Amino acid sequence: MRILIVEDDRDVAGFVVKGLREAGHTVEHADNGRDGLFMAASENFDAIILDRMLPGGIDGLRLLETLRAQDNTTPVMFLSALGQVDDRVKGLKAGGDDYLTKPFAFAELLARVEAMSRRGKGEGPTTRLLVGDLEMDLLSRGVRRAGQKVDLQPREFRLLEYLMRHAGQVVTRTMLLEGVWDYHFDPQTNVIDVHISRLRQKIDKPFDVPLLHTVRNAGYMLRVEEP
Amino acid sequence: MRFAVLYALVFGISTAILAASLRYSTIGLLDRQTHEAIRADARGLAAHFTAGGLPALVLTLDSRINEDLNENAIYLLVDPLGNRIAGNMSRWPQGIDAPHVWYQVPVERAGKRSHALMRYYELPGGFQLLVGRDVSTRSQLRRVLRDGLIWALTAMLLLGALGALVVRGLFKRSLSDISATTRAIARGDLTQRVRRSGSGDEFDELAETINDMLDRITRLMDGVREVSNAIAHDLRTPITRARARLEDAASHARTEDELRGAIERATSELDGVVKVFQALLRIAEIEAGARRSAFASINLTPVLDDLSEFFEAVAEERHITLDTAWPRELPMVGDRDMIQQAIANLLENAIKFSPPDHHVSMSARMDAIHIEIHIADQGPGIPEGDRSRATERFYRGEQARSTPGTGLGLALVSAIAQLHGGTLRLDDNRPGLRAVLVLPRRALNPEATMRIKLWAQAIRKTEIKPNPHEETSSSDQRS
Repeated sequence: MRILIVEDDRDVAGFVVKGLREAGHTVEHADNGRDGLFMAASENFDAIILDRMLPGGIDGLRLLETLRAQDNTTPVMFLSALGQVDDRVKGLKAGGDDYLTKPFAFAELLARVEAMSRRGKGEGPTTRLLVGDLEMDLLSRGVRRAGQKVDLQPREFRLLEYLMRHAGQVVTRTMLLEGVWDYHFDPQTNVIDVHISRLRQKIDKPFDVPLLHTVRNAGYMLRVEEP
Repeated sequence: MRFAVLYALVFGISTAILAASLRYSTIGLLDRQTHEAIRADARGLAAHFTAGGLPALVLTLDSRINEDLNENAIYLLVDPLGNRIAGNMSRWPQGIDAPHVWYQVPVERAGKRSHALMRYYELPGGFQLLVGRDVSTRSQLRRVLRDGLIWALTAMLLLGALGALVVRGLFKRSLSDISATTRAIARGDLTQRVRRSGSGDEFDELAETINDMLDRITRLMDGVREVSNAIAHDLRTPITRARARLEDAASHARTEDELRGAIERATSELDGVVKVFQALLRIAEIEAGARRSAFASINLTPVLDDLSEFFEAVAEERHITLDTAWPRELPMVGDRDMIQQAIANLLENAIKFSPPDHHVSMSARMDAIHIEIHIADQGPGIPEGDRSRATERFYRGEQARSTPGTGLGLALVSAIAQLHGGTLRLDDNRPGLRAVLVLPRRALNPEATMRIKLWAQAIRKTEIKPNPHEETSSSDQRS
């Protein structure tokens, strides 16, 4: 993916650029709003990571509003130290697709940027999801693995659906919390892990090859392991 | 000073008005009566002249002069050449040359000097009739009144000035206390209070209001001080650990694995610090009341259903049974996200402190005004003496010190309850803790609906599009 990061803090920007390149992405960097807007408007990116407070007369919000006014629909994630709920609302209302508060873990940023840019591609409505020999019928709400029916509770179904829609990508606990349960708080217990392990019991345990993997220090990923 | 001047001004003006009205109603009345008497007299005499000619008029004049007991009536009738025909005046007074005009002239009658008010009328045939009244008594009265008024005005002026001084002194004394206190507060001495006179007047009320305000400020300052002490402690500890780990690794780590391990542990310590920060900021945000704008009509039943289902998995893993009971409908006005978070905090606490093979119960009931959410465990509970402090920031019970947590959970729940106009009550569950979240069903402020749509949108981020209005304005710029 081709990603633009507009961030004035050199350390943060360097850290993100390095991480994203290591993950196999092409990254461009602008350290002020004016350059950022110019690059975002004149080149094609798969995703933009945008700081809120920027030097150069154009802050993140204005940059995004200008971009959206030009019918540019590139997915944009705010990366900001302004973390109050009202700040988030402002960012999302200006046309942001996601909002990550500083300080952040790089794994969270990477997972969210990848998820966001895929969502931006717009695959159109699907009725069937397939990962390896695991298949989900969204209309009949049935799940089968290797032809065998798997019985899931409604919430387990939604958890699996989220994982399948993001198959091959790292999904963090926060993303699951927001995406599956629509919760915006930080649980003190390992409740997400417990739900994952319950799902594992149903979709992985009875079969030889596991599909649902734990990614250390990051989250989970549903994918077919290459032999 | 301004008040004293104002007082003196008001006092002076009212005194002047009083004096003027007194003068108008005495001297003025007498003047008007004299005018009327002269006019009536002249009308009568003119009638006699018309009816009986000159002789009848002279006769009437003589009889009137004789009948005048007070001897203050003045008459003079002259022929066209100015020769006196009748009357009690020897000659035509000087200066009276226009008919039907009031004149006040000095006269000398029976050797006495006095003043007279008079007016002359022209009769047919060129005769001129002068009719008047001696007003010397009236002049005396006027003098007496004038002297009286001057004395009264002087006295009032003195009294007014005295009053102004007294008012000024009173204001100054009452305000000097307040200003001295506020100056002391401004310098940083928060222990000062305005002295109360105990009279219950407006100044006393003001003093009381100011003292109440100062008490509240002091409580808030104490709160801030306690919190900052607690922050210093609770944040210093993990930061110290992280720092020690990093320094230790920098100088002692022998392998890359050791170094990485130390850095990872330090990072997770810092994550803990960030968590405390975020919780603190969130409490502050809620206490500031900024999010009341997100209030909407919600049904708590699905919220409770989802939360119990969400945490039931953790409970089961720890062999804890989660008992649930609530009605099908729990309608109320509030912020769904925040109530979710409050209940989640209470439920996680209960599960965290509940021993295995015991029950955690979660229930809700509703009356016309409130919804009560009970979450009870059979764990160690909180000693009665500590319960009021348990909702303070960074409170951690004896039993909780060994478990992970920020010590901010209950403070957050309490802040959320207060934002909704409700309370968080902590009871004894014998054994264990029973947390009761009491929420009013109607929000305190009804103006909330305005931004609800916005919030609903914000939570479903993907639906958000740049709004068409902004698009138009920008395309204007381009053209």
